[in-house]
Amino acid sequence: MDTPLIELVGVKKSFGPVDVLKGIDFKAYAGKVTALVGDNGAGKSTLIKGLSGVQPFDEGTVRFDGHDVHIVNPKQASNLGIEVVYQDLALCENLDIVQNMFLGREEVAMGTLDEAAMEFAATKALQSLSVRTVKSVRQKVSSLSGGQRQTVAIGRTVLRNAKLVILDEPTAALGVAQTEQVLNLVRRLADNGIGVIIISHNLADVFQVADFISVLYLGGMVASLATADTNYNDVVGYITGTKSLEGAAS
Amino acid sequence: MKSTLLKTARELRAVWMLLIVSLILFIATPLFLTGPNLLNVLLATSVTALLAAGQTFVIIIGEIDLSVGAVLGISGAVTAITLQTQPLLIGLAVGLGVGALAGLINGVLVTFLRMPSFIATLGSTSVLAGLTLFITQGNPIRVANEGFLAIGQSRPLDVPMPVWIVLAVVVIFGVLLARTRFGRYVYATGDNAEASRLSGIKVYRVKILAFMISGILASIAGFILTARLGTAQPTAGTGLELAAIAAVIIGGTSLAGGRGALIGTFIGAILLGVIDNGLNLLNVSPFLQGVVKGFVILFAVFLDRNSDLMRGLWKMLGSLRPKRPATPSTPATPQEPELASRH
Repeated sequence: MDTPLIELVGVKKSFGPVDVLKGIDFKAYAGKVTALVGDNGAGKSTLIKGLSGVQPFDEGTVRFDGHDVHIVNPKQASNLGIEVVYQDLALCENLDIVQNMFLGREEVAMGTLDEAAMEFAATKALQSLSVRTVKSVRQKVSSLSGGQRQTVAIGRTVLRNAKLVILDEPTAALGVAQTEQVLNLVRRLADNGIGVIIISHNLADVFQVADFISVLYLGGMVASLATADTNYNDVVGYITGTKSLEGAAS
Repeated sequence: MKSTLLKTARELRAVWMLLIVSLILFIATPLFLTGPNLLNVLLATSVTALLAAGQTFVIIIGEIDLSVGAVLGISGAVTAITLQTQPLLIGLAVGLGVGALAGLINGVLVTFLRMPSFIATLGSTSVLAGLTLFITQGNPIRVANEGFLAIGQSRPLDVPMPVWIVLAVVVIFGVLLARTRFGRYVYATGDNAEASRLSGIKVYRVKILAFMISGILASIAGFILTARLGTAQPTAGTGLELAAIAAVIIGGTSLAGGRGALIGTFIGAILLGVIDNGLNLLNVSPFLQGVVKGFVILFAVFLDRNSDLMRGLWKMLGSLRPKRPATPSTPATPQEPELASRH
């Protein structure tokens, strides 16, 4: 296997007396989908917040693209090419799709917003993901369904030239058809060469879309498996703690 | 497409109200639709329009600025005092500086000190109004500077200077709000401050700048009022913040933040001016004029809060009209109910 896009070695994080991450090793590869699963309180969110710079890790090594990095704020993570799609999506409902995709990094020509250039780039980014579910890129986000909003949030990461996209429960609030659409989108994101980390409680989704599955249990990484080499029952065992530690070294 | 139409309708509401009121006045009195009278309306509206323009920025970011009247008062007084010993430009700079500083303080209270803007600006209103009384010792301050008086009294191309100033402000700040990065961040912050922050927008800076714009435009309004009267009154501006907020809301800007436009505010201010003017022309008792304006404001807020109700009524009216068979009514898309429930 070639070098991981992101590699964590011995990462720790504690809040006061509570050790939330107790020395985690984790890898994710470019062009692959790595699922991060675990029960509530296992440390998934803390791991993501460390990667995105919202809550930096206390100890441990983070290697991005082969280089040691120390991510201390979201801006730095974004500059490296790490983008997070949050569960509540962080979109402004009063703005349209283009305006949301470019929020915070609008293109400007002669002191005013270059709407035509932004509309073109946004359309291209959505096309690169084969998005056909939105009728017009000038629709207000308030008029979009949950799946369409997820599409906009994911499209935004493409626009920002992300190398690593972290999706926090992208299918949690969606119906069956929309879940299918979003999972296809996640797959295409990886097929475009982007490293994808997906957090999910839904193991059916995980087995459908992920190449690798990493399982967290009470702040420790108990298993890192290739999806093809494992099965549903094993993963459930790791998540609930009835199985432990075999394969964690791989 | 649908959403653009709705947005336009929202901003056009003030235009419709203005047209209806103007039509009524046109029928009621021949004095209304004359050039000099219309210029009078614009002149009388200029101070409210400037306060309301600044207020629009603050309301779109989801806050409110009750201190604009008091900022107008203190800027006028400080400028008048400065002009007794200093040349025009220094007087204007000091006045603008006072407005900007007041806005900066309001912005810091609301962002870094986490105070609700309603209370923070209520407090600064009291402080500023008190300071104005203190520095003037309660006496009007006469201004003799010819250049300064021209701001309120000259008429280039036979149009009063204040009207030119308002037009320039509406154009410049309208472009700032609708066509620049800062303007986009104003809308984004007003709708979802957390999402804006995650997108890398410095929300505190956007909010502070919005309050500073409000303060600066209030001090320009202070120049106009002082220059028109030739004196700075110690209680100038008292209560004007309410007229300004009313103009913003009538103009279609949502009190909840995130939605609105400067042109709507301008029309809203004119509408209030036309109503004032019409009531005078029709010899309505001045004691009753506040009552009439109050009803107009209530009606505008009613429309703001019940736009889906109004849309329902509009649809009902539409279904009563005989339909032409050639144009079948558009089938309801699944998004429509969701859209309606959001306002």
